[in-house]
Amino acid sequence: MATELTHHTAAQLAEGLRAQQFSAVEVTRAHLNRIAEVDGDVHAYLHIAGNTALATARSVDAALAAGEQLPALAGVPIAVKDVMATQGVPTTCGSAILKGWVPPYDASVIRRIKDARMPILGKTNMDEFAMGSSTEHSAYGPTRNPWDLTRIPGGSGGGSAATLASFTAPLATGTDTGGSIRQPAAVTGTVGVKPTYGAVSRYGLVALASSLDQAGPCARTVLDAALLHEVMAGHDPMDSTSLTGQYPDVVAAARRGALGDLGGVTVGVVRELGGDGYQAGVRQRFDEAVDLLTAAGAKVVEVSCPSFTAALGAYYLILPSEASSNLAKFDAMRYGIRVYPKGVDDPTAEQVMAATREVGFGAEVKRRIILGTYALSSGYYDAYYGSAQKVRTLIQRDFAAAFEVADVLISPTSPTTAFPLGDKLDDPLSMYLQDVATIPANLAGVPGMSLPAGLAEEDGLPVGLQILAPARCDDRLYLVGAAVEAALTSRWGGALLDRAPSLDREAV
Amino acid sequence: MSAISREEVSHLAMLARIDLTPDELDRMAGQLDVILDAVATVREVAGDDVPATSHPMPLTNVTRPDEVRPSLTPEQALSGAPESEQQRFRVPRILEED
Repeated sequence: MATELTHHTAAQLAEGLRAQQFSAVEVTRAHLNRIAEVDGDVHAYLHIAGNTALATARSVDAALAAGEQLPALAGVPIAVKDVMATQGVPTTCGSAILKGWVPPYDASVIRRIKDARMPILGKTNMDEFAMGSSTEHSAYGPTRNPWDLTRIPGGSGGGSAATLASFTAPLATGTDTGGSIRQPAAVTGTVGVKPTYGAVSRYGLVALASSLDQAGPCARTVLDAALLHEVMAGHDPMDSTSLTGQYPDVVAAARRGALGDLGGVTVGVVRELGGDGYQAGVRQRFDEAVDLLTAAGAKVVEVSCPSFTAALGAYYLILPSEASSNLAKFDAMRYGIRVYPKGVDDPTAEQVMAATREVGFGAEVKRRIILGTYALSSGYYDAYYGSAQKVRTLIQRDFAAAFEVADVLISPTSPTTAFPLGDKLDDPLSMYLQDVATIPANLAGVPGMSLPAGLAEEDGLPVGLQILAPARCDDRLYLVGAAVEAALTSRWGGALLDRAPSLDREAV
Repeated sequence: MSAISREEVSHLAMLARIDLTPDELDRMAGQLDVILDAVATVREVAGDDVPATSHPMPLTNVTRPDEVRPSLTPEQALSGAPESEQQRFRVPRILEED
């Protein structure tokens, strides 16, 4: 029974709770037990909030017994990325500089999750301040990919993706600045969505690059992602970049898509996001997905987005620039650790700040802060940061032109499947290339989804299909994603994750 | 040609208020050089006639009503501080002695 509960989808859990087939406490307890059983190996969680999760579950059970009307996901547990401030629960962003920090307030998105009466199981591991594509840059040790514990789970949200793939949470939150939701989803065989920029409030999220950051849902199915998307998204006066106005019904789109008819939908294959730099097994699964879309009635065309080839370069100037400014707040004065320089009597605040940041930041964070400081410094500003902002304009124009001829665009999410831990740690540039297909969406603010496309033939590891849509048309991701998912699961005879190792102690 | 020297990295680290060990300086100068080389292409892509974009969604003058609302208590605001005293953040001295 307990194993069964952890293997239900969020939609099934919600339905079962409403029908009182099982209780919210049973569901939460099953996940906490599963965490105790397998997370020692996977290390998806940095902190487990068992008591508060059970308290939330108990209140949901009481409300259900009293016949109260509850939000759709009430009683369905969730894991939260450690970049989101959670009142009373440690929040570290995977950084030593925030070790032991307990926020005095909730991020708006956490507020919404609590209002939805969802038990928060704990905080998930991530690359330090979301800088990375492997979760190896966490100060608290890497998360391991549930498909193969010697491999990376993607990043920065490798913890959230790994909770889903190891069945220690049915839903999780992520943030995506250049692919941190979508790439981990791709390499763990799960679903991840970066909504339109501004759809989910950034208030209370520790900022990496403010003009690129966007929080979104992580799940095992397209419908589950839609259900969580609906909880997370919505206008927030506390975030001046929060979207106002009409926003589409993503849950309805997921349900419609599951019927499998894509007649009237035009899908654009982005020429620049494929080809030689992509692993053969990734290309093969992608090509099959294209055939499948055609079979579902979609019209498939090729589109060209020539400026996408400059996206990676622009991103690695804009992101470090914004990050160097955002991370200046870690000054050892108001929160986080404080380290005094060795051998200095009565040091100044500046000396303490520099000593703290030496110890508190990891190598990748230092690298990017210094890169950003360089790109913003006088004499280089126009050549680097200024040029990168122009490339951003060109990328937006490419998207606009592509969406003139296609309703959605598709590509592989990531050029490779999960690589072995340690493989790219000493080669930052090859790590950055992991995000080559996901970055354009962040630069333009458009929404994107990754969903499982199958296993690569050469290594048996998950491959992700990326779907991109125009800003504020997040519903199209769900329509097309659900149709692809329905066709693939029927071909496979079940979900892709059914083929993942069980990780059960008895089976090892 | 090397885009960035070890001395330059050392200066940038000072500006960014991060102490770096000699080892870190050596390693980072080399790595930043590779990265800068790879991103330098952005300089050739866009002409002078292309406007810069700083933000994905066009927004101007977003405000909310200037109303008093509940906020953190002094205890909450100070709860994460490395040191505090008399409801204030206690910080090291901010001026040089001489």
